[in-house]
This record gives sequence, structure tokens and C-alpha cells, in this order.
Amino acid sequence: MKLTPEEVSAHRLTWSEYEKIVQLLGREPSFTELGIFGVMWSEHCSYKSSKVHLKKLPTKSKLVLVGPGENAGIIDIGNNYAIAFKIESHNHPSFIEPFQGAATGVGGILRDIFTMGARPIAVMDALRFGRLDDPETGARNKQILNGVVSGISHYGNCFGVPTVGGECVFEPCYDGNPLVNVFALGIFKHDEIFFGRATGIGNPVIYVGAKTGKDGIHGASMASEEFSEESKDKRPNVQVGDPFMEKLLLEACLEAMKTGAIVGIQDMGAAGLTCSTCEMGSRAETGIEIDLKYVPQRETGMTPYEIMLSESQERMLLVAEKGREQEVFDVFKKWGLDAAVVGTVMDDGMLRVRNHGEVVAEISNRALADEAPIYDRPHTKPHRTAPMEAPEFASKDLTADLRKVLSSGDVCSKEWIFNQYDWMVRTNTTQGPGADAAIVRIKETNSSVAMSLDGNSRYCYLDPREGAKLIVAECCRNLSVVGAQPIAATNNLNFGNPERPEIMAQLVEAIEGMSDACQFFETPITGGNVSLYNETLGEAIFPTPVMGIVGLMKTDSPTPVKFQSAGRSVILLGGLGESDEVRLGGTQYAKVVIESLWGLPPALDMAHEKTVQVAVREIVNAGLAESAHDLSDGGFAVALAESSFGGIGAKVTLETTLRPELALFHEGPSRILLSTSDPAAVQAIAAKHGIAAPVIGETVSGQYAVNDWIDCSIESLHGPWKTALEEALR
Amino acid sequence: MKFGVVVFPGSNCDHDAWYAVSKNHGQSAEFLWHDSEDLKGSDAIIIPGGFSYGDYLRCGAIARFSPIMNSVKKFAADGGLVMGFCNGFQILCEAGLLPGALLRNAGLKFICQQVVLEVGTANSPFTNAASVGQHLTVPIAHGEGCYQADERILDQLEAEDRIAFRYVDNPNGSMRNIAGILSEGRNVLGMMPHPERATEPLVGSTDGRLVFDSLISAFATK
Repeated sequence: MKLTPEEVSAHRLTWSEYEKIVQLLGREPSFTELGIFGVMWSEHCSYKSSKVHLKKLPTKSKLVLVGPGENAGIIDIGNNYAIAFKIESHNHPSFIEPFQGAATGVGGILRDIFTMGARPIAVMDALRFGRLDDPETGARNKQILNGVVSGISHYGNCFGVPTVGGECVFEPCYDGNPLVNVFALGIFKHDEIFFGRATGIGNPVIYVGAKTGKDGIHGASMASEEFSEESKDKRPNVQVGDPFMEKLLLEACLEAMKTGAIVGIQDMGAAGLTCSTCEMGSRAETGIEIDLKYVPQRETGMTPYEIMLSESQERMLLVAEKGREQEVFDVFKKWGLDAAVVGTVMDDGMLRVRNHGEVVAEISNRALADEAPIYDRPHTKPHRTAPMEAPEFASKDLTADLRKVLSSGDVCSKEWIFNQYDWMVRTNTTQGPGADAAIVRIKETNSSVAMSLDGNSRYCYLDPREGAKLIVAECCRNLSVVGAQPIAATNNLNFGNPERPEIMAQLVEAIEGMSDACQFFETPITGGNVSLYNETLGEAIFPTPVMGIVGLMKTDSPTPVKFQSAGRSVILLGGLGESDEVRLGGTQYAKVVIESLWGLPPALDMAHEKTVQVAVREIVNAGLAESAHDLSDGGFAVALAESSFGGIGAKVTLETTLRPELALFHEGPSRILLSTSDPAAVQAIAAKHGIAAPVIGETVSGQYAVNDWIDCSIESLHGPWKTALEEALR
Repeated sequence: MKFGVVVFPGSNCDHDAWYAVSKNHGQSAEFLWHDSEDLKGSDAIIIPGGFSYGDYLRCGAIARFSPIMNSVKKFAADGGLVMGFCNGFQILCEAGLLPGALLRNAGLKFICQQVVLEVGTANSPFTNAASVGQHLTVPIAHGEGCYQADERILDQLEAEDRIAFRYVDNPNGSMRNIAGILSEGRNVLGMMPHPERATEPLVGSTDGRLVFDSLISAFATK
């Protein structure tokens, strides 16, 4: 059978990629084989555009037990326990079918965690949506937000994992291309770690979980192309999730692992049966032979092509020790799940797919999993059209400006979203959503894991390299504010079309900036996800790298964000910092009040940032801070407001030569707002580290006052902040 | 005192309940698999929260047919102490151990937050350590917690002093602000809030301890 150029390009393969396939096989591929190559060599599965640059990221430290390349990274947290965590995107499906797209995004990352043997204990989400108030796209954007939040809520709540935090940002560039990045973290003992490796020649290959249907075929290649008018017709490419099935699969897998009969296991995610078979074989340098007639199927008449490419959810592939199959079957039967031997581990390094005995595909596992073409795509100057110069601006009413920023989509309370998530199940959440970092205690040890998820695409649009560094710094600061030591990171790189040199340049610079910062802050990246082709009708999203960083701390009641009592000293650790009009261009003030984007992101001095973080950890862990909150979106004015929303506010004086708009709203990093009953002790620690820690005022009940610039009641700020999102969604 | 915590496929607060009674209250606790009829000599049974059978058909509608529920019904009929939290409350209603039904929240959204409860009666093994009108902060986490029953039943519940807890600020549209009720024999409690999630200061509240403390002392003086 001769394949046509149309059939090749329909699989998103170039003609030269096709020629490489012919060369690797030594013959023309069959149609099924072409489909298999199409998904495995897709951007989504092969990272072919990003791989050369991802190598620049730091991946090692004393605590890293498993780095990139497995289903999730693993970090030692002491006492013979370890955590597995990773972030993954489900952007394209969430645009086409928001509810199922987001739900299966949660399902997919949870499987990545428990396939390694870890029990998931926390989920967080980074969400990006288009404008809710846009006359043309607003209604659709609201529908997407509603669908995504319901999807996450549905899946996570039913599965029984707490959704403990995250972030949600609105930009016009996400109008036709929302982002849904889901982070998950799990825990296990060192001797409970499993790998996706098909070892032991002759061992049975077992399929477990849901039956295979026709859903999600081509999901991975769909995620590797831009959106056009026809994309909505791809709804059948989106998978349908069943969190109940996933919960059963979790319990059954963890129980089956305890039998000792399992030698390797991998979930079927993107590219389904294809990916799990060839990756397990490739990692173990073995072959896998399966016969599709044994694959549990939801409908009759599926072709080998469809079975191999289906992305039906809640399925796992495992390799058991020969002769101990029954132990595995017994566990799955107890949980009411399908389990079937579908093949055998071979010694020839090949993926051989039979259908009722007849060979329908025969490809080397390495060719599929490791020999996809790698491109060093041309990159020029990062795309940007924003001017460097600031527009003329002068505030007429700083209180009104503050209220406007507080009630804007990015800054306002996200309670409407996170109250739909069960963020407490498993009774480990000591700090839930809405704080700088989420904290989950580990019952089995005396330690807790703090985690922070952050991205800032405005900064990255203005300067991808510096923007990426600022994101890493912010995540680490969020952890330090609660007293946690940052230890490791995962990243989700959401960008446009890498075949455009100015987009590729954004990706390259962001990765390099991230690499510098992660080395500096000693947070190696143990895994992550790259989502490219985030473009609709030729318009790319802002470069949106999202970082998830985890930290370790002693289990204790967390230091709150909000002021706890009146009459306490308010300290601005790190000082008010410097800024200018050019550096204001990427801030919330520029976005919401001046309605523009220009200039550069805030300036970051990494050494200074690190010192501030060391100092705040020392202060918090000595119990000297009654409250602590980092300054980020909206700068000082917003941080002070958020710290006041428990009803205790503050009267402060900022001694500065900066104009009030800059002093209040610039977003310079390395600053933390504290309240304390022992300012001298706090200042002594700050002085030891050589950083500023001015006492700027005192906490007072019900009032918010800064210089002669703003003086108002807490309630007049809290109301708009609290209700803005709900009102915007009406 | 020995607690039995029932595990259905899809239960996900089973471990939380187990942890609350064993680690935070120092009692013994054991899991009871849905497919068995053996209550393993438990002195009290907890039907935990979660999504038993994926909430397919209706919340709790399939769980009531589990073999373990036959034993739970017999146990309750003999005066045994049974409590259901969240999905457990839904199951107890479906199983006919408690009257009424739990429908979709009035706002049509899942809600997870701390709520304030008012103790409706101190005359029960689950609330004897409380005083009537006392406020407790306990979390809710449900999509179907809107309590419904016909007027006759509601009147009867009130007349017989069987409303264990009411919401101070009704989050889900429950009739007469009902958050938890007792059976006629006062030995079965169903409530939508999660007392097992409020048994240690670290996770935000200890007010849920009152339910377990009441029960433990009721059992000791039985």
C-alpha cells in the first residue's frame, strides 16, 4: 500500500519526517504505523521543537530521586518519604469542550502521579481565560470559564484529591485559546516507587481500567496544531472522563503494587496504548508484542488504527511478573475493574502489534519514543509590538485606582472558583486557596509541603527572559513567606507556533531565564510539559510559562496573610524598592488603570531576592511574624489591602521620592509585608542579612491609610474585591 | 470504643473519618468493605462522605443495595449507633434509615467552605456534650446538600426534637435550614457538614470533635 502526501500531512508529519520513517523502517509504513508515528512524533509527545532547549534546565540536586523522563519527578522529603509532582496542560481540549477538557486534564495528571506509586494529595490549577466583558467574545469566555471550573470541580472532588490553590488570569490573547494547566502532587515511601519500564523478557503485559472506545483519537496531534474555524468540529477528539473509574483505578493500582507482582506500570495518556507500550519498551530496552483482540473494547468494529490511537481515559498498562498474573487480577476484580493480558515483553526491542494474530504494526520502540526528529528551529528577536516609552499618566483619585485594581479579574478574590473545589478532603490542608502558598501536611512525618503556582505573561511578553526569572523568584518568595524552603520545580511552557522565529525566540529566552533562576534558587526542574501552537487565527498568546515550585517546612499552624490584631508594627521587609515609568508597563496598574502595556517588567536582583527570602524564612520560623504577605500583582497597595481583609487594617507612611502611582502600584520583587509585636527582633534579623526592614506604620481596626494618598474603610475595598468575579460572570 | 467505617467504591472521606476517630480521639477504628455483611463487632458505624458508585443514578442510590447496608440496617434497628456525613447522609436517606432527600444545592454549584451550625438538640448520643443553640464551625463540601421533605415530615422532625443541626446562614437552600437530623430512635444521625474534618486545630476547626466526644461519652455511660 502506498501512502499519499495528503495522508502523511493529515498526520501532521512533514514529508522529510515521512522519509525518515521510511528509512527507519526500511520500507513504507502501513496506515496504522503512520498513525502511530504521527502521534509519537507529534510536538505534544516528542517535544521536537523544545528538546534542545529543555536540556539547558537544571534537573539535579541531592533531593532529586527521579528527574525528567519518567511520568513525574520525585523528590526526597526525608523520613523515608518522597513526593512525586508534575504540571501538565490541557489547553486545546479545554477550548473545544471546556468541561471534559479540564476534567480529563485533572485525570491525566493524577494518573501520572499514581502510576509512579504515589497517592495524590494535592492539585492546583493555573487558568487563563479571555475577557469576560468583551462584547464579541465575552459570552463564550464566560462559558469556557464556567465549564473549566465545573470540570475541575467534578473530577477532583469525586476522585477525592483536594484542589488547594492556583491562579486565574484574564487577557485578550486568551480569547480564542484558554489555558488549563493542572499541577498534582503525591506522596509515597522510597520503596514504593514504580517506573514505566517493561522489564523481564516473557513477562505478561496487562491492560487495566476502562475499556477502549473511539474517543480522543488524534488528541495529541490536535494539541500540536493551531486553531482555525474548523477546530470546533474536533469535539470528538476530546476525551470523556469518569472520576469514579479513576478513583477505583487509583485504589486498585496502589493495592496491586503492594502485592509485589508488578514490575512496571504506565498510564495511557496522550497517544494511549501506543505511547504506553513503546515508551515502556524503550525505557527498558525491550520489545513488546500485543494482540489487539485482547484489548477490552467499548464498541465493536474498531480498527487497529483506532484502538492504538484512542485516548479513552482511566486506563493503565502494566507488566507483571510471569506466573503472578492472578494476584494482579484478584485486586482489580475486587475493585470491579477490567484486567486482561494483552501481550508479552520481548527481547527484540520492537513494538509488534497484532490483530487476531496478523501483524498490523512492527516498529522499533526506540524509533518511536527516542528517535523523533529534533529541531533547532530558527529564533530571532522575541515578538513584541508594545512600545518602550510610557504614556503620559496622572492619577486623579488613588483610592478609586486601588478599588479598580482590586476588582479587576486578575487581582480580585477567586473564592467563586475555589469554593467549588473540595480543598479540604484528606484533612491535610493547613493552608488552602487564596494565600501566597498552599500547604499540605504529611500525616506520616512531622513535615508539610508548601506549593506555589505562578505565571505572568505580561512580564514575559515584555521580556521573556526576565519575566521567567521573576516567576521563579515569585514562587520561591511565596514559599518563603510561609517559612518553607523551596526544593524543586515543575514547569508548563505555553507558547505560540514555534515555526515562527519570533515565537521560538520567546520560548528560548524564557527557558534560558528560567534555567538561570532555577539554578540560582536551587530548585531543579524535575519534569513538566510544553504546549505549543497556542494560536487562534494566526494570533499567538502571550508567552506563558507557568512554574509550580514546592517547598518543605515543619508542620505547624501557618503564618496568615491577614493582620491578626490592632496595634502591631507593620514592616516592609526589603523596603519599598525602586521603579520608574518604564518598569510600570507590565503591572496591573498599567493594565487596569492606564489600560496599556509598555516598557519592561520589574527589575530583579536575584542575589537580593534570595537574601530577602532567607531573612523572611528566619523571621517566620522564629514565630516573629503575626502575618506575612508577599508583594506581587498590584504592588504595595494591593498587598496592604489583602492583609487588611480580615478587618484589621493599617495606617502607614511611605517615605519615598517615587510618585504615588509608582510607590503604591509598582511590582518590584523582593518585598514582604509583615506585622509583628516585636519589630526590634525582626529588624535585627533583617540587619544581620543586610536588608532594609522599615517600620512603616501600625495596624488599626477597620482603616486603610497610606500617607495623605489614601484613607478609607476596609469594607469599601473588601466589598468590590470579594464580589467582582461573581458580578463579572453574571 | 470501636468504630466501623464503611468503604464503598468511591468513598473518599473514609480515611478522614478513620483518622478523626482513631488518631484524634484515640478510639479503635476499622474499615468495613461494602461487599461484606460483617460489621466486625463495631460499637458505632460511620458512613463516610465521597461519591459512592460515582453518584450514578442519584447520590447514595446504589450504595443502599450494598451487602454491608443490610447489616447496618439491622444494627440500627437494634438501637446501634450509626452516623452518615455528607454522602453518608444521602445514603442513609436512600436506605430509609432517615426521612427526606438531599437535592442539588440551590445555587447549582458544589460548595466547599466553613459554615456555622446551630445545635438543634442536646438530646441525642451525638450532641449530648453540646447545648441547644450553641454555634459550631464545621466545613461543608457538597453539590447535593439541599435537604427536602414534605411539610408533615418537617413538622414531625421539629415536634420530635430530631433536628440535630441547622445552618445559621443557609448555604444550599435546605428546608428549614436543616443541616442534620436524627432517626426516630435518635440512634442514627445524618448530616451534610463534615465533623471529621474539624477535629484538630491544624486544619482550621475543632468544633467537629463535639459529635465524637458526645458519642464516646454516650457509649461509656450506656
